[in-house]
Amino acid sequence: MISDAPRPAPAARDTEAVPDEPLIAFKGVHIGFDEGDVLRGISFEVWPGETKVLLGESGAGKTLILKLADGLLRPTAGQIWVTGRNLGEMPERELLDFRRRIGFVFQEGALFDSMTVAENVSFRLHEENVNEQEIETRVHEALRFVELEDTVGKFPSELSGGMRRRVSIARALVDRPPLVFYDSPTAGLDPVTSQTIITLILRGRDAQGVTSLLATQRVQDAFGLANFRLDSKTGRVVPLGNHHGNGRDRRDAGSFSPARNLSPVAPPTNILVLRDGQIYFEGAADELLRSSDEYLKKFLASAE
Amino acid sequence: MTQQAADVTLSEMRLRTGGRFHTMPDASETPSFLSPIGNALKRQVWIVQDYTLLAVQSVKSAFSPPQYWKDTLEQMDQIGVGSLPIIAISSIFIGGVMVINTASQFQRFGMTALTGDAVSLALVRELGPTITAILVAGRNASGIASELGSMVVTEQVDAMRALGTDPVRKLVTPRVIAMVAMMPLLVAVADFLGLVGGFLVSYFTLRLGPVQFWTRAINALAFGDLVQGFTKPAIFALIISTIACFQGLRVRGGTQGVGRATTSAVVVSSVLVLVVDFFLTRLLLFIFQ
Repeated sequence: MISDAPRPAPAARDTEAVPDEPLIAFKGVHIGFDEGDVLRGISFEVWPGETKVLLGESGAGKTLILKLADGLLRPTAGQIWVTGRNLGEMPERELLDFRRRIGFVFQEGALFDSMTVAENVSFRLHEENVNEQEIETRVHEALRFVELEDTVGKFPSELSGGMRRRVSIARALVDRPPLVFYDSPTAGLDPVTSQTIITLILRGRDAQGVTSLLATQRVQDAFGLANFRLDSKTGRVVPLGNHHGNGRDRRDAGSFSPARNLSPVAPPTNILVLRDGQIYFEGAADELLRSSDEYLKKFLASAE
Repeated sequence: MTQQAADVTLSEMRLRTGGRFHTMPDASETPSFLSPIGNALKRQVWIVQDYTLLAVQSVKSAFSPPQYWKDTLEQMDQIGVGSLPIIAISSIFIGGVMVINTASQFQRFGMTALTGDAVSLALVRELGPTITAILVAGRNASGIASELGSMVVTEQVDAMRALGTDPVRKLVTPRVIAMVAMMPLLVAVADFLGLVGGFLVSYFTLRLGPVQFWTRAINALAFGDLVQGFTKPAIFALIISTIACFQGLRVRGGTQGVGRATTSAVVVSSVLVLVVDFFLTRLLLFIFQ
């Protein structure tokens, strides 16, 4: 696992949240293409330490929201504030510096296929002229965190889909960013690998205090994050409400299901359901569970 | 172009338009039967604008840090060393075929001694730069466009931006510098090997002696010819590399889009080389004659 010891990472400086301000704020955001508006008046906030899960069907605009929040796209209307800065007022040159303090895991990993795993993970560190010895240490730490230390010299084409996502997570977390965007990290993966990916995200959240925005079609991912936590003493993933992992055994920790009891000690994981370019539901996982709305039930049914 | 416009990067252009290279027509405009034509024209203008901005940005990035010299050297190897075999073989045969074509005319007037002059002038002024540019466009423009296009469709370019790296600086500028540096060298090789090809054919068909051929070939060249012969490849290189990168970075539509971009990169850069060659020749002849 990546060490929790303080490190003079540039990530920590500019992205530190002002405590009484949200880390991310979307205010009436629209974006459209030739086919018309894809997002229509999206407004929400993500607070420091919160995990916001974007649920929605394919084409609902989840990826667009992540790319807008990272400044990779600009909205046609509305404002996006991230870490207290209005992205609309930042030219690309400033956005490049700004993005160095944010991690982004792309849907298919988006690893540089002409580079080895180690070169992919260390890409940002090389850009920041970190010394080679430090780079090697941090790359190994990051790869150990995703349990892929033995793939250092391999190329992305030699890895499975799940391994590529894990390398992508290592690349996003190597500089210890306080804010990470995950774009459908489990899409197209088998249930076991999906569970491994969600566990990694959960460990990143609880061990490093990462604030995250996660887009997914799988409701299991949302409930996995909402109902489980990392036990800092045992280093195991345990259900919420059970600090020492005594109440449920290891198998429980690995099986994500909506039918879990939520606890006030939960790291704030909230769910935002998108439909037709608008926010259809926003709230905690238990509120989603209790909802009698037919459309929302569809999502819950998919987790059964 | 204003300074402000020149400062806008390709990434910003794509940002402004939601990742597309053109904006939507204003819904408030009253549609008319001419609007499709107008929109089509606007798109062409935007494409030219986007290309110009990319070309300016890529050249500007060469003069400010960070610079990616390792990537530049790799590209020099791929473009320069990689293109050498096809340039060498082609230029030998082009020199030879020129002698075959001109020999019969020179023999009619008993002026076969002028063969060296003809081959030398034609190669250095025109054929060397142009043929080399077309061959480099065929080999490298396609490679660059498909490589960058594949990176776009697999989100590697977005990943690069998300990691805080400017794709123009990292991907485009090294290719532009490498091609601009390598093309004149390739043309020098092409000119020399073309003359060797011409000499071999002259020696075996016209019985022209080596001293006679080489003396006339070298003496025929004036300073202006050399300037022309080495200015053109640098400009052609700029055109080919920026067109190839532009086509690669504007890929849409997955693997089909990559295929289209590859074809466009070769076709557009080759045609543009020939068109620019005409005007450049006029300009250089005006200056040096």
